[in-house]
Amino acid sequence: MTGIAEKTIRKAAEWWGTAKTSFLMHARGLEHHSHGVANVLGAINIVLASGRIGRPNCGYATITGQGNGQGGREHGQKCDQLPGGRDLINTQDRAYVAQVWGMAPEELPQPGVDAYEIIRKIDKGEIKGLLSICFNPVVSLPDNNFVRQALSKLDFFVAIDFFMSATSRYAHVVLPGSLQEEDEGTVTQLEGRIIRINKVVDAPGDARPDWMIIQDIAKALGRERGFTFGSPGEIFEELRVASKGGIIDYSGVTYERVEQNHGVFWPCPSETPEGVPAPGPQGTPRLFEAGSWNPIAKGAGPFYFPDGKARFNPTPYRGPAEEVDADYPVILTTGRVVSQFLSGNQTRRIGPLVDHYPEPRIEIHPRLADKLGIADGDWTTAESRRGTCTLRAAVVTTIRPDTIFIPYHWAGRKSANQLTISAQDPISKIPEYKVCAVRVRKAAGPPEHASVLEPQQ
Amino acid sequence: MPVPSELEFFIDPGRCIGCQSCIQACAECDTHKGQSMIQLDYVDRGRSTQTLPVICMHCDSPTCAEVCPADAIKRTEDGVVQSARKPRCIACNNCVLACPFGVPKMNTKMNLMMKCDMCYDRSSVGLKPMCASVCPSQALAFGTREEMARLRPRAKPVNTFQFGAQTIRTKVNVMVPNDAAQEHIDVTAAMHEPTIGHEVLDDVFDTQVEA
Repeated sequence: MTGIAEKTIRKAAEWWGTAKTSFLMHARGLEHHSHGVANVLGAINIVLASGRIGRPNCGYATITGQGNGQGGREHGQKCDQLPGGRDLINTQDRAYVAQVWGMAPEELPQPGVDAYEIIRKIDKGEIKGLLSICFNPVVSLPDNNFVRQALSKLDFFVAIDFFMSATSRYAHVVLPGSLQEEDEGTVTQLEGRIIRINKVVDAPGDARPDWMIIQDIAKALGRERGFTFGSPGEIFEELRVASKGGIIDYSGVTYERVEQNHGVFWPCPSETPEGVPAPGPQGTPRLFEAGSWNPIAKGAGPFYFPDGKARFNPTPYRGPAEEVDADYPVILTTGRVVSQFLSGNQTRRIGPLVDHYPEPRIEIHPRLADKLGIADGDWTTAESRRGTCTLRAAVVTTIRPDTIFIPYHWAGRKSANQLTISAQDPISKIPEYKVCAVRVRKAAGPPEHASVLEPQQ
Repeated sequence: MPVPSELEFFIDPGRCIGCQSCIQACAECDTHKGQSMIQLDYVDRGRSTQTLPVICMHCDSPTCAEVCPADAIKRTEDGVVQSARKPRCIACNNCVLACPFGVPKMNTKMNLMMKCDMCYDRSSVGLKPMCASVCPSQALAFGTREEMARLRPRAKPVNTFQFGAQTIRTKVNVMVPNDAAQEHIDVTAAMHEPTIGHEVLDDVFDTQVEA
């Protein structure tokens, strides 16, 4: 099923099973599938079955793709969430957060849709206007020819961005925002540790911190209430209150505590029930420790279920949304290279990083390359049912012979996401960046983009 | 001030993850004029993702200085071989061709040979060179021999190299496995051998996968 030899799987199991301690970490690769949640549950099942959690040198972690990927999704970045790990659909959660924000629970909207569904609804004409902040779906979302088509249909599109991105070019109004170096606040990294970000330079020209722009828009719309903060520190103070009592409780976290302890780990409640010790100065560095208290189990056990016990989740095999076939016989997988970050809107503008990895290449195994008559450095076309992409080949044995790899950080005709499929995981809504079916051939000649340089070249 | 004698440089190629942090940090050193002095290459990208950082080995008897007709390359008392001195360097490239490790690079715009000087402005006051201060896996490490012995119990430092008939002793150490027999590394021994890479097919595929 996987193409991995049974003896290799047995060897890995032997290593894992006989180790005294182990820590399972994965990045986005496991998750970028239409069954990404099942993949992750499988990994967690291994950790639970071996008891390697809640004690020193053991555990599980997922490495987020963005600097504050963890913090954003804890407090309402997605439109079905509320601060503190609360749910927009939960009556109690709605009531608590509405009270913090000084409004009636009925005034809170019902859950919205995920990022890709927003694009689909724009295409269908159900969404007419869009305000986006540093979002570059023209590069970063799958099947981006469809994304381009949808964005062109918007009646009104406002983009807040720090550099003119490929997506901002579709906007009717672009408001110059700021980089993290030009603002201050906190981010939460993969350990669940809240760390401080300090301002080092002023934003140039008319560029302003994003939160000020949002407040100005609220004022212009005549709904200033709740948008009158004087500093990021004041916003953080509100977050402390809004997250209080939730699973992801920041109420005991202050800027001073973060600075004095090299970060603070959540949960870090400001008050604990009687008989439950308050977390130390660093908050809770390790979750699920034996004897630990949490608001769901209430002391019954270390895990977040009423009985305090962990759960195994069965993960029956499901294949990818698009299997290879006679017409499209090769698997395309996409991912990252070390020199570039996300959609490249920052890193494709930094000369030394462009020098490290000037352009995307199609990684292809020598066995497949031989069969197709492709040599290292040849212009090579990969084509899926959604688009084509012509890049130079990198012939390497570090990719499977049934698979090609293209990094996704580039825009326009160099974009790997012209080819990818917009299938999503039904629970997490993460797109299937890691598998789609393509055909590969040697290109007749260099593509048009070959003569177009990146900004720093 | 000389570089404190207890502080040594250790290269541990097996730990290199190719992240390029050293390259960027090197270019930011005050004495490097915005140039990176580190060479970070794939050993053989066709067969492996293994990368290898090369910094100046700071030879006891530096070949680069010995072949310099203008006497532009100086080795300070503490054993650090410095970049060519601008008033003396005639950009003849002798050092570039002669170095057994391929370290000196000719900056053609400046007509000046520049090379790793172990961030002399930093190391001479006891600070780590830029590369060692940023290397996340400590493939480039600057510290005491005792620290290394404690942190890397399965490896030992070697600082003797063989290059043809020439035996070279260097200030910089390369970490090799404890059980490695040789007391020196032959620089050219593997020059004509194919690189040993991680062959995906060896352990991943049972059967031929038809693409």
